[in-house]
Amino acid sequence: MEDEPINIVLFSGTEDRLQAAAVMASGAAALGKKVNIFLQYWGLDAFRKDKVSTSLGLAPEAGERGAALVAAAAKAGQQPWHATLRVAKELGEIDIQACSLSMDVLKIEEEDLDPLVDGVEGVTAFYLNAGDGHILFI
Amino acid sequence: MSTEQIAQIVDAKGLSCPMPIVKTAQAAKGLASGQLLEVLATDPGSTKDFTAWAKATGNELVEQTVEGGVYRFVLRKK
Repeated sequence: MEDEPINIVLFSGTEDRLQAAAVMASGAAALGKKVNIFLQYWGLDAFRKDKVSTSLGLAPEAGERGAALVAAAAKAGQQPWHATLRVAKELGEIDIQACSLSMDVLKIEEEDLDPLVDGVEGVTAFYLNAGDGHILFI
Repeated sequence: MSTEQIAQIVDAKGLSCPMPIVKTAQAAKGLASGQLLEVLATDPGSTKDFTAWAKATGNELVEQTVEGGVYRFVLRKK
């Protein structure tokens, strides 16, 4: 298991879940593990160039109190999810792939995506690259 | 207290998880084997995280202290 990658299926497009995924990826990269991130649906939508730096809201369970706490953390200097991912990509080997089905459904073209995204692939390629490594669904 | 010379200091005070570890991993990349890296952090998860990181990466955790809410780690590059 030691040399197997950590594989994250990133389905969610709210800032809290994107940050959680970015944190999981950064931690793995700091340990020297390869990370594969597969972007589906709203996770993919969040990586559109025109969306990546905008406000993407929070998961419904955040509520008003949660939203206030997250806003306070941001104000105190917590970097946004995309910045966390960029730093992690500089540190380690993190490959971010867009799910080709989600690209079709959401009518997204490769040039619409932020350079954080390395390419487009199907689910078979994702599983092949995942090998025997853990798969997280966020 | 180690008398050996610290090659680099990472000030990760005020940064939340996982940035102290990420910055440490980045700094460690630039060091030669055997050199010492000092890290200062305020993230309360640091103690467990640095122990785990050292164990997983083979870098040695030489010292760890906490004073006034600041965690200090000295690591030796593998």
